[in-house]
Amino acid sequence: MVTQTLIMLVTGVVAGALGSILGLGGGIIVTPVLTIFMSLDIKYAVGASIIAVIATSSGSAVAFLKDDVLNLRVAMFLEIFTTLGALLGAILSGFFHATVLYFLFGALLIFQAWNMWQKLRGSKTETVLTQSDALAEKLELNGEYYDKQEGKTIQYGLERVPGGAAVMFGAGIASGLLGIGSGAFKVMAMDGVMKMPLKASSATSNLMMGVTAAASATVYFFNGMINPVIAVPMALGILVGSTIGSHVMQYLPARLIRKIFIPVVLIMALQLIFKGMAVF
Amino acid sequence: MTKEMQQTQDEKNLAHMEVVIGKIMRIGVALALVAMLVGFVLLCLNPQAANQPFPTRLSLIWQGLISWQPLAWMMFGLLLLIFTPVLRVVVSIFAFAKIHDHLYVAITTLVLFILCIAIVYGYHAR
Repeated sequence: MVTQTLIMLVTGVVAGALGSILGLGGGIIVTPVLTIFMSLDIKYAVGASIIAVIATSSGSAVAFLKDDVLNLRVAMFLEIFTTLGALLGAILSGFFHATVLYFLFGALLIFQAWNMWQKLRGSKTETVLTQSDALAEKLELNGEYYDKQEGKTIQYGLERVPGGAAVMFGAGIASGLLGIGSGAFKVMAMDGVMKMPLKASSATSNLMMGVTAAASATVYFFNGMINPVIAVPMALGILVGSTIGSHVMQYLPARLIRKIFIPVVLIMALQLIFKGMAVF
Repeated sequence: MTKEMQQTQDEKNLAHMEVVIGKIMRIGVALALVAMLVGFVLLCLNPQAANQPFPTRLSLIWQGLISWQPLAWMMFGLLLLIFTPVLRVVVSIFAFAKIHDHLYVAITTLVLFILCIAIVYGYHAR
């Protein structure tokens, strides 16, 4: 039991640090470690994964107290769509097999990795949208943050809000159905579709994941899918790891974050596709 | 005061409110952390308890808490952790109300409403 607890603690610290740097839930690291290395029932792995998501989100939120990187209005507006999606996903999960979705989302993530690779090869610096379009203006979604690595305040506008909202709805469905934070899709909606700077997208995604995951986590909790002997040491590790990660993040250049992001997304994609293939 | 100055003032107030939200979140996370640590320490003192079934009903968790059951304390800590993001939404409603941003009071209340439906569904779908 001592070894298992120690493994969970260490996994938690690593998952929390990586998760908060990349704006992911940390479930990508937690789920394979639990299912592959510790041969744990997938049921408990999913339950532990959703706790990992919330712990990463809340842990980073606590660290972000002093730094206004996240955009509260963007988070709350888009949360309408993720929570609606998560509710629908949680209801559907009772009737509907998730195998097809593993494939679908795995493929979508490969596209995401390719998309980011293109961006990395393209422009040297991050391009920032200075003017919001009409709808984003009306919703007051534009924002600013102080970039510690570049040493200046970056003001940004947003565009294509309906497109971002649609991707967020899909991200919510994935979260409710599969017990993941779907942070990659959230970052994709903000950074890819709405042209929000990556650091702001990543920080805002961290906040949103916790809110979305809270809904499905209560279902898992009362279902007995969250085993405290596994989830608690991991959550403790994650709270430590995500606090470290979110402090380190602000000093990393955006291009480096992207370089870390691409292989993580690819691993996640393969993991989802393998999960889908396990049925055959 | 011109409209623009009022807007800048409101943005400053929102930034201030975000610090308040952060502080309340800290309290929530700290409480969850304490409950999980209490359970964890109790479990280390009595490792045998790890093999017992863990409580998932609120009444059973409460009974376990008052009799210092390790797993009940751990489950209570996890439940507190699950509710920290919900707490954030609730406090954000007040934050937007304070800066008279009616649009975002409505938007955030809608998020809380959807969240409540999801939680009620979760509790009854057992």
